[in-house]
Amino acid sequence: MTEELRTRVHELLERTPPQDVDPIDFLRARFDAGLAWVHFPVGLGGLGAPRALQAVVDAELAAAGAPDNDPRRIGIGLGMAAPTILRYGTEEQQRRWLRPLWTGEEVWCQLFSEPGAGSDLAALATRAVPGPDGVWTVDGQKVWTSTAHTARWAILIARTDPAVPKHRGITYFVCDMTDPGVEVRPLRQLTGEAEFNEVFLTGVRIPDTDRLGAVGEGWQVAQTTLNNERVSIGGQRMPREGGLIGMVADTWRTRPELRTPELHQRLLAHWVDAEVLRLTGERLRQQLAAGQPGPEGAGGKLGFARLAQQLTGFEVELLGEEGLGYDDWSFVRPELVDFTGREAGYRYLRAKGNSIEGGTSEVLRNIIAERVLGLPPEPRTDKDVPWKELSR
Amino acid sequence: MNLLYTEVEEELRASLRDLLTDRSPIDAVLARATAQQGYDPSLWRELTQLGVPELLAPEAGGSWREVAVVMEELGRSLAPTPVLGSVVLAGSVLGPAERTATLAVPFSLGAPTVRAEGGALTGTVTSVADALTADQLVVPVEGGALYLVESGFTVTPRTSLDLTRPLADVVLAQAPGQLLTEDPAVLAQALLTGAGMLASEQLGLAERCLAMTVEYLRERRQFNRPLGSFQALKHRLADLWLEVVGARAAARAAADALATGAPDAAVTVAVAASHCGTVAVRAAEECVQLHGGIGMTWEHPAHLYLKRAKADQLALGTPGRHRTALAELVNLPA
Ligand SMILES: Cc1cc2nc3c(=O)[nH]c(=O)nc-3n(C[C@H](O)[C@H](O)[C@H](O)COP(=O)(O)OP(=O)(O)OC[C@H]3O[C@@H](n4cnc5c(N)ncnc54)[C@H](O)[C@@H]3O)c2cc1C
Repeated sequence: MTEELRTRVHELLERTPPQDVDPIDFLRARFDAGLAWVHFPVGLGGLGAPRALQAVVDAELAAAGAPDNDPRRIGIGLGMAAPTILRYGTEEQQRRWLRPLWTGEEVWCQLFSEPGAGSDLAALATRAVPGPDGVWTVDGQKVWTSTAHTARWAILIARTDPAVPKHRGITYFVCDMTDPGVEVRPLRQLTGEAEFNEVFLTGVRIPDTDRLGAVGEGWQVAQTTLNNERVSIGGQRMPREGGLIGMVADTWRTRPELRTPELHQRLLAHWVDAEVLRLTGERLRQQLAAGQPGPEGAGGKLGFARLAQQLTGFEVELLGEEGLGYDDWSFVRPELVDFTGREAGYRYLRAKGNSIEGGTSEVLRNIIAERVLGLPPEPRTDKDVPWKELSR
Repeated sequence: MNLLYTEVEEELRASLRDLLTDRSPIDAVLARATAQQGYDPSLWRELTQLGVPELLAPEAGGSWREVAVVMEELGRSLAPTPVLGSVVLAGSVLGPAERTATLAVPFSLGAPTVRAEGGALTGTVTSVADALTADQLVVPVEGGALYLVESGFTVTPRTSLDLTRPLADVVLAQAPGQLLTEDPAVLAQALLTGAGMLASEQLGLAERCLAMTVEYLRERRQFNRPLGSFQALKHRLADLWLEVVGARAAARAAADALATGAPDAAVTVAVAASHCGTVAVRAAEECVQLHGGIGMTWEHPAHLYLKRAKADQLALGTPGRHRTALAELVNLPA
């Protein structure tokens, strides 16, 4: 299999030499050759191969100097929309959306959270009403929407039946961000920039052919999105000292004047934590590859958030006077989150979002306690009550 | 680096667990500890028959990965056997041996102080693990050479914090010793191996404490609901679970590195020892606290785990000592 993949990569490179063609043409050709995400089905950018073999392809292409799709810019598309479309989309939907999603020609965003529905996402109030022409009309407000300002498409969940309990009256759609009823306003973050937005939806029209999954089953569909979000946030493969710990360790090695015995002890403790987390992720990947998925996945994001916050806080302290400065407070609307290109103060502030975005750490602990450890749920008053009767 | 368990390893675990559940349930371990009976010689015989001491024999295809599985099960059950001393510490030097042995070092570590004069060894080694059942000793002397000693020593039990792994003082008076090696690296490797295997014991212990606590909080009712439904407790256990998941990855990495002789084994072991030592103590402490009053009693086994976990934390290098070792190993100088 590995050899076959290498051959395919070399055929692609011969047919479409990356040095001679436009990057976008190369990426399209790569997709069509099934080398985009090898675990996807044939015809949709993959070969139905084990996910682990993607690394072989990526390494060969990187060695050949081929352009990539800059995954940081299209994380929501790759990590969340794509697996959901793959699982719930019709063949027609998959053909239409997956290729430009993967090549990065079309950026995606996630219209889930609302002012009144964050951790309690199922309480959402954005309404979608079906029309006689097979087109839905959507009204409501979404918030904290990352990359809404660059996005062509959005995954959207909306209430289609207020008379049933909240989890049952939700439907999952794909929303065209160029619809005139979509208004995107930047929300400035504590870092100074506006990575996320609030999105007002006023009479937005969504054809029924852009619905994912059955009417009223949007909550189940959204679980696929959310589970993949957690994996994609905590799940990148890393060498030892990959990620933030590597940056901190480099600073330590190259700047002896910053060292103190107390910081030394803490650095070593962080180093161990980072390595343990890396090994945990590695073990999870081995379990998945061996087809024995364990519950460990739920912990990856929780551990990552904690480590990132500890390390970035440590880094600011380590830098001493430099830690008192900040690189840039301008109110810009970036295309991606740049953890490495910015300075320590930015990293410290941005990492605060790691325990909020994609399910807060508190909510993840609830999930682990109930679904992994099997502890009893808390008594609830909202589960079996029609959504319209809930207090807001 | 394989961080999973092979089929053979899972089979080994299953047969060990059967044997230990049957022959050494935690009530029996508590009864032995209460009566200060120390090691269970008949259980050790049965483990021997099961082939535990031969796990390292290359012809049996065995390796430290499998010994690590044994250590996990022993941490889980606290069965009082000298596997750490005999199979791990002495085994690292002697290979699979028929006679029970241990490495004569203070469990909390320290430079060797025994002197060798013309093959006769003299000195005292305090707080030695698994010395009480040892027929022979591997004795490090000043400078780090290792001798095998079969007679001429006395072993005096100490009142130990850990009831299920009692320590003893060893006094050698002109004991005849057979020189095994003059290379101090052999001792260093034995101690590294010991720390790496201890991480698996700590993992087994932590898993057991977490499971016991979860089980209890699912059943125990106060305020007209199961205590496990209170979020304050759920979050504590979710955090502990995450630490245990990390301990499993780290302990497997250490076992694999020792089994394959990986060049960075010292790093991997230091990471595992530092993390697992801390996690085991936390798991045992949470176990006591979340059992309430019953957790404070002699009758409930939680204290056996607490005592083992706390003693293990000091054994063969504290977490702090392992972290300090990393400073040099990964070039993060003070
Ligand atoms: C940087 C960033 C990017 C984001 N990007 C997107 C995006 O692209 N699309 C999108 O849809 N959303 C996005 N979000 C929103 C994010 O998913 C929500 O902020 C998150 O789910 C929390 O919801 P909330 O903000 O309403 O907080 P709340 O739910 O109001 O929570 C407030 C506090 O209470 C705690 N809490 C809530 N419920 C419980 C409970 N049951 N038990 C214990 N504690 C609880 C929370 O943990 C939190 O600490 C983003 C958020 C951030 C910070």
